[in-house]
Amino acid sequence: MRGGDEILRIEGLCVYFYTYAGVVRAVEDLNLTIYRGETFALVGETGCGKSVTMRAVLRLVPPPGRIVKGRIIFDGVDLLKLPEKEMRKIRGSKISMVFQDPNTALDPLYTAGYQTTETILAHRKVSKKSAWQRALELFKVVEIPEPKRRLRAYPHELSGGMKQRVVTSIALSLNPKLLIADEPTTALDVTIQAQILELLRDLQRKYGVTLVMITHNMGVVADMADRVAVMYAGSVVEVADVYELFGNPLHPYTKGLLRAIPSLTSRNERLQSIPGTVPNMIRPPPGCKFHPRCEYAMDVCKRERPRMIDMGKGHLVACHLYS
Amino acid sequence: MAELKYYIIRRILTFLPTLIGLTLITFVVSMLVPGNPARLWAGGIKASPEVIEAVKKRYHLDEPLYMQYYYYLRNLLRGDLGVSPLTHRPVITDIMSYFPATVELAIFAELLVILMGIPLGIISALKRDSVIDHAVRVFSLIGVSVPVFWLGLMLQWLFYYYLGWLPAGGRGPAPPRIYTKLYVLDSLLCGRWDLFWSNVAHIILPAFTLAYIGVGMVARVTRSSVLDVLSSDFVIFLNVKGLSRLSVLRHVIKNALVPIVTILGLEFGGLLGGAVITETIFFWPGIGRYAVQGINSLDFPAIMGVTVLIGLIYIIVNLAVDLLYAVIDPRVRL
Ligand SMILES: Nc1ncnc2c1ncn2[C@@H]1O[C@H](COP(=O)(O)OP(=O)(O)OP(=O)(O)O)[C@@H](O)[C@H]1O
Ligand SMILES: [Mg+2]
Repeated sequence: MRGGDEILRIEGLCVYFYTYAGVVRAVEDLNLTIYRGETFALVGETGCGKSVTMRAVLRLVPPPGRIVKGRIIFDGVDLLKLPEKEMRKIRGSKISMVFQDPNTALDPLYTAGYQTTETILAHRKVSKKSAWQRALELFKVVEIPEPKRRLRAYPHELSGGMKQRVVTSIALSLNPKLLIADEPTTALDVTIQAQILELLRDLQRKYGVTLVMITHNMGVVADMADRVAVMYAGSVVEVADVYELFGNPLHPYTKGLLRAIPSLTSRNERLQSIPGTVPNMIRPPPGCKFHPRCEYAMDVCKRERPRMIDMGKGHLVACHLYS
Repeated sequence: MAELKYYIIRRILTFLPTLIGLTLITFVVSMLVPGNPARLWAGGIKASPEVIEAVKKRYHLDEPLYMQYYYYLRNLLRGDLGVSPLTHRPVITDIMSYFPATVELAIFAELLVILMGIPLGIISALKRDSVIDHAVRVFSLIGVSVPVFWLGLMLQWLFYYYLGWLPAGGRGPAPPRIYTKLYVLDSLLCGRWDLFWSNVAHIILPAFTLAYIGVGMVARVTRSSVLDVLSSDFVIFLNVKGLSRLSVLRHVIKNALVPIVTILGLEFGGLLGGAVITETIFFWPGIGRYAVQGINSLDFPAIMGVTVLIGLIYIIVNLAVDLLYAVIDPRVRL
């Protein structure tokens, strides 16, 4: 998979929120490359900017947030240079996203079928009838029992897991090349979580869609991902193959993260916190943002921001220990 | 459909006690008001004792209060609201002749509220903190802080006295054939454009006066409702799906309308209940005028007739609002 052609390259991305309290640097100088067909996991503590980064890819950063700088190259095109109308054509059809809480992702006033077909009709010149036909197929693909009846169901008539399947079918309705799943199971029951993950894995295999998983859950990462990026305070600090990352973590923050989980096999453990607090994103610490919490911090860490270093085998790390 | 029928029947049954309570309260209050109705109805100070006695007998005024209430209720259930001692006509006939004017005015005012309030609210939400948003805010503030009579008089002064564009008041000319008793509509049905425009010219100022507060209120509620919906997760997902701006807006507006339906309903109930001040300023021959007239002359049957009518209107409007809810919001079960 690695070395294959890239589908998404994010370069020097900065996303700031202009709040009354000040400018929140939610994402700062973030670099990331994702390859076609892989399952990529984005991990990090809460508030480190995972969701904002991936929403920036769709250019749907909520106000008062703004994409300030950077390039987002998707399939050879810089998305940040596209007019809004072109961007709408990409959303839903080439890049799609499922969210953490399926209970709030659907419009309560329309049926599941309507919300699926309207997506198809927005992108393809097909008849309503064939759109509904396609919706029915999709419901079967995501293993919704009694799909015909479910098409006509309103969101409040479906369970959480069922809603997540509907959302997934909508996200997949136009065979997107890239599917972003932002903690797709956090809001669901444990057993349902496993089912949804299984479904995503199946779909990924079957259709070869590139899957970006945002998660807190290292068990899920170990289970599903090919490669992993670790984010800290708005930037990526380490990227590696999943075995490499678990076997040979380099960044002190990654080491802390891995130490914090009791065992890789327990799926439901969320990340335990590492000593110290998440830095203030309005006035982040100078140099390496992790240095106030780092047990290996050196003088240089307080002055200079570390650059990404390639340690071989595609293992990248941004830490002064390795320069 | 059967479900719907049972629902409506159930609702009407639950409203019966409300209606009885309503009539009881107005009945007692109207009896507590000082004054001698028998004398008044008999023709005032000059009335002879014999005539006063006759009036007392005729309207059961010599019997105990509970008997008077009993007679009243019994007649009410027969659809008989009594006879107005003042006009010597059945109250129901009086109401039927005054009410259409009020209905027509209320419909026009409600249309103004809907057609101005909702779009203004949507625009100010979408263009938050823009000049339009601030302008709508000021407009609404004026609506709640300016007394209706002052607004009505100012409009009258401007459009009648100063500009001379519109008539000072009164209802427009009656069309040659009456179908619905709503003159604007009937003029159209008769194909008489001249009468249609004249009736519109007559109704526009009182309707606007009546609607003004509602427009501001509905605009404010719509604005906050739209903003509420805009920040909800499903709107993000609609955008993720790549829908056009217009399609997303359609979802947003439909969701935002759910809470507005109630306000529009109550507003309409209020408008139908008689716009006493507006009808007085613009000499509008509606139910509000009739009520004032009845109160001034201690015409109990008229007062109670109007009260029962208003109660009924609220019941019907409430029912209609609930049914409308069920239509737009699938989560609502009847
Ligand atoms: N609407 C907003 N206004 C102001 N700041 C925001 C807003 N949304 C996000 N942020 C800032 O962006 C930072 C990153 O948020 P983001 O939602 O991407 O975190 P996350 O990594 O997805 O966290 P979680 O794991 O809890 O989902 C947050 O620390 C927050 O300060
Ligand atoms: Mg998040």
